[in-house]
Amino acid sequence: MAELTATRTRPETPPVMPPRGRRRLSDSDSFLAWIFLLPSVVYIIGLVALPFGLAIAFALSDVSAGDPSYDWAGLDAFRRAFDDPVFWQSLGNTFIFTLVSMVLIVVLGKVLANILVADFRGKWVVRFLVLLPWTTPVALSSVSWLWLLDSIFSPIDWALRNLGLIEANMYWLGKPDLAMASVIAVHVWRLTPLAAVIMMAGLVSIPKDVDEAARVDGAGFWRRMFEITVPLTLPVMAVAALFGAVLTFTDMAVVYVLTRGGPTNSTQVLASWAYIRGIEGGDVAQGAAIALFLFPLLLAAAVLILRAVRRMEVR
Amino acid sequence: MVPEVLQMTDAEAAKLRRHHERRHRAGRVFVYAAAATAALLAAGPFVWSGLTAFKLNADLYNPAHNPFAFNRPPTLDHVLFLFGDTQFGVFVWNTLWVGLLVVAITLALGLPAAYSIARLDRPWSGWMGVAIFFVYLVPPTLLFLSLSRLVVALGLQDSTWSLVLIYPTITIPVSVWLLIGFLKSIPKDIEEQAMVDGYSRVGAFVRTVLPLVFPGIVAVVVFSFTLTASEFVYALAFISPTGEKPLSTGVPTELIRGDVFFWQSLQAATVLVAVPIALVFNFFLDRFIAGFALGAVKG
Repeated sequence: MAELTATRTRPETPPVMPPRGRRRLSDSDSFLAWIFLLPSVVYIIGLVALPFGLAIAFALSDVSAGDPSYDWAGLDAFRRAFDDPVFWQSLGNTFIFTLVSMVLIVVLGKVLANILVADFRGKWVVRFLVLLPWTTPVALSSVSWLWLLDSIFSPIDWALRNLGLIEANMYWLGKPDLAMASVIAVHVWRLTPLAAVIMMAGLVSIPKDVDEAARVDGAGFWRRMFEITVPLTLPVMAVAALFGAVLTFTDMAVVYVLTRGGPTNSTQVLASWAYIRGIEGGDVAQGAAIALFLFPLLLAAAVLILRAVRRMEVR
Repeated sequence: MVPEVLQMTDAEAAKLRRHHERRHRAGRVFVYAAAATAALLAAGPFVWSGLTAFKLNADLYNPAHNPFAFNRPPTLDHVLFLFGDTQFGVFVWNTLWVGLLVVAITLALGLPAAYSIARLDRPWSGWMGVAIFFVYLVPPTLLFLSLSRLVVALGLQDSTWSLVLIYPTITIPVSVWLLIGFLKSIPKDIEEQAMVDGYSRVGAFVRTVLPLVFPGIVAVVVFSFTLTASEFVYALAFISPTGEKPLSTGVPTELIRGDVFFWQSLQAATVLVAVPIALVFNFFLDRFIAGFALGAVKG
């Protein structure tokens, strides 16, 4: 690609040379900066910025599956969304899912990263097994979990029954609290490996001599962990937290496959509610209005986390 | 005639050594136990999926049966069903070529963009980098309503090509962000030297920077492919004919018919998809980590 650009730009050398001397176009930084950036910017404007604007336009209209013609409707769709208690429930659930998952993902990811950088035999196999949840397409792993949490044939229930811990099955996805816990568990299971990989990147970038110096000075495992490793890898932990938050916050596949938001909307999140309203319910305007709520919240979270990272790096 | 003080030290040293050995051994045991627990928690569902895939219906649908053992002889029927009576092969092929094309597009657009932002210091470089990262935060759940209109307008509805067109919206922002970090970690002198030696800016980029940024490119390829393979919302919204679907939507729609779940075949599909991707990812993991360390940590 870059080679193409190079051969393409050379014949376009302007006939009149700039007065300061011989400069080819492929040497002009300001020209190249634009040419290099242009394809990405055009692509993003065309397929993200414009559709984003269109989503806002939809939210301010009365477009529905039955009547696709565009009519201005002001804030009607928002009013309809706000009047529905399910919207507020979804908003609350989205926050609970994201916060709880994020904390668990960061803590468990840190633990997992420490295990994976240790030296032991069979490390290759362990790393392969640990990566599985992240590399599996989320729809497929969610289907696996649906069977794992089945109301009748769940092996977890079978084990608990045979250990004498429960009398009847748990109905993991049938009771509001258990369903929430199940959805969170699947998110955490799926995203912890990614967080661990990101944090391993932080661990390997700690200069070896710092750790060795602390070891020589007699600092134990926990002391080294909390006075060296954690402070030095805080930025990368924040990056892991950001990825965990974004991927949980915007994901609808886990909820959609496991519970479809049920029982009685107790696991409904904004993303799945927007889909159910906008596509399955045919109310495109309301779906767009609900989905629009995802962006400012994500933006706020991202700005907070990135600012925290920057402050840590300055120090 | 050994002085008493030194004798004490000998004894103490031996004691200390024993103490350290014991602690060391305890540490080893702990590491192995922790690694085994982590592997079991992560891969347990897959092991169980693998078992399920070979079970007869009479074995599977009996709540009294031990779900971790074969109570009836294992069968290959459900795996053969997956290959013979569903379009599993087509889904795999679709995911593969969409993923590879999307990765190629991502690199073709993302590498120059990242280089432009990281190296060709323009007044707008800083905020352009931030802006591109924030694009990553615009979730598919927000865009799929308008993008499905766009896909229809372009005549790409119900075609796998719609995914090739749209997936780079997910992969380009995050890849550019990662690549900026990698590029910043390469000393500027290297290109400047190449340019002094007579290469143009573009020539220096191709001949000196690209080889050095290779770990970063590997990280981006692996990460983009994984994101593409697991994408669900767009694939669900754009494509309805079975033969055009990728794995993530094709397998569930073919093997969940109304309330009837073809559980064994579903589990077989999950394991068959999960294992190769994880193997490839594991193969490149060290590069990925090295790349991420350069990109996210030092970037």
